[in-house]
Amino acid sequence: MSDFNIRYISRLARVALTPDEELRLGEQLGPILGYIEKLKEVDVSGVEPTAHAFPLVNVVREDTVTESLSNEEALRNAPARSGGLFVVPKIVE
Amino acid sequence: MEYEAVIGLETHVQLKTHSKMWCGCANIFGSDPNTNVCPVCLGMPGVLPVANAEALKLTVLTGYLLNCEIPPFAKFDRKNYFYPDSAKNYQVTQYDRPSTAKGWVEFEFDGPGSVDGMSRVRITRAHLEEDVGKSTHFDRHSGVDFNRAGVPLLEIVSEPDLNGPEMTYAYLKALTDILRRGGISDCDLEKGMLRCDVNVSVRPKGATQLGSKIEIKNMNTFSGVRRALEYEIPRQIEAVRRGESLRQETRRWDEVAGITETMRSKEDAHDYRYLPEPDLMPFVPTEPWLEEVRGRLVELPLARKRRFMGEYLLPSGDAEVFRDHLELGAFFERAAAGYKNPKAIANLVINNLQAHLVESGFSVTELKMTPAAVRELVELVESGKISSKIAQEVFREMATSGEPPAAIIDRKGWLQVSDISAIEALCQAAIEANSSSSADFRAGKVAALNFLKGQVMKVSKGKANPSLVGEILERKLRE
Repeated sequence: MSDFNIRYISRLARVALTPDEELRLGEQLGPILGYIEKLKEVDVSGVEPTAHAFPLVNVVREDTVTESLSNEEALRNAPARSGGLFVVPKIVE
Repeated sequence: MEYEAVIGLETHVQLKTHSKMWCGCANIFGSDPNTNVCPVCLGMPGVLPVANAEALKLTVLTGYLLNCEIPPFAKFDRKNYFYPDSAKNYQVTQYDRPSTAKGWVEFEFDGPGSVDGMSRVRITRAHLEEDVGKSTHFDRHSGVDFNRAGVPLLEIVSEPDLNGPEMTYAYLKALTDILRRGGISDCDLEKGMLRCDVNVSVRPKGATQLGSKIEIKNMNTFSGVRRALEYEIPRQIEAVRRGESLRQETRRWDEVAGITETMRSKEDAHDYRYLPEPDLMPFVPTEPWLEEVRGRLVELPLARKRRFMGEYLLPSGDAEVFRDHLELGAFFERAAAGYKNPKAIANLVINNLQAHLVESGFSVTELKMTPAAVRELVELVESGKISSKIAQEVFREMATSGEPPAAIIDRKGWLQVSDISAIEALCQAAIEANSSSSADFRAGKVAALNFLKGQVMKVSKGKANPSLVGEILERKLRE
């Protein structure tokens, strides 16, 4: 059983949980992580980690400019806008 | 106790591509907000990124320019964090398998550890990632422009091999010179094309263990980096002297106040939860592809300077002119190829030709004179056919008419007179016409000779061979 902190995880995911939810989801996540722990028992020494499940490499596009959205289209789903910008709550790091 | 600073840099530069990293939106500065955006760079659900081939090439080319190894396998990862300038809530980067690793930059800097005025900084890696949007903060809200989001960004990580503000400045200068010359990035600071994070710690001089690493985030000018270090290093040394233990943290440089201040401590450090980017395939450069990239290698500024000094025996000042002015350097090389005294050609190219370019507004390719004509002119002076004073006149003619120097000299009758009997007659006349100067010389006033020489040159319209004039005058006066 791996150790985890449900509050830390919910904060990282920016998901607000009530104390009830913390308890319930914590209980549910426990067995899931336990299952991952079980997978760790498989001996993978000498196995190259897979970067992708699909055996394809070097998928590229040429460096050419294609049409962008109009500012109107780009902002269509924005809850708030001003001067062509997406307006968001002020967050200064 | 004496302390020393240990500094490493993470330098981010925008790559010089036409389009963004994962989509075809234009990579240009200065457009109206949110006009170079599409569902991919706005992080809409369900979109798929496709890597820009040119950005991959420029990344590997940077690797070659910085003497890096190019690993046979590279991949992309997601770096997760929440901030409004990142619409996807992750930044695509190369975490554990970057496109380049283990290189070095050599540059002119005299200091501890330098050899013959050259210092070397090891490069840990240069990896490819994407830029984020730009936030503008208002009173209670922020506005986000995603035009910059998804612009290919190269992060060049140095080892902690820098020892102070001046060396860091010199490194940044050298690095950006390389990137500009290589066509990797314009590194235009005004346009935010270069930003760096500075890692700095202090330790007792000679100690091998590193002190607590303090990171100064998001510096966007060279002078800012220098000033921040000039503030931060003494601050850390003072703290250590007072017996405080410095803790690992991230600080911000306040350009106006000229101080650094805490942004976040180690405890608040981000947990990025890197994971392999499932939407992008790994990159495995093939030999023909690498060959093509190597075909774009250029001579770097430092190598060019050294070559001009070595190959043409030019002083460093002349070599620097040709290091920085590629076309002028190429013109010089064509003129000087195989010539016995390249310095004489360099003088003419740097003094006369450069002044002519400035005056006329011509580019080197628009010049009327050829490199061969310039060499011919220098040869004419060096072989005594014309005086250097006449050469100036010939040069002016060449600049406007493009006529070869020999033709000009012929047409104008400017060939230097080296006929001894002709010069003797002129000298005799000058001595007789200026008896007081002649007497002065005989009385020991050596300078009087120059006056007489000037008279002869004047009468000959500059055509008399000046060294012959000097010899003959002196001989006659001592008779």
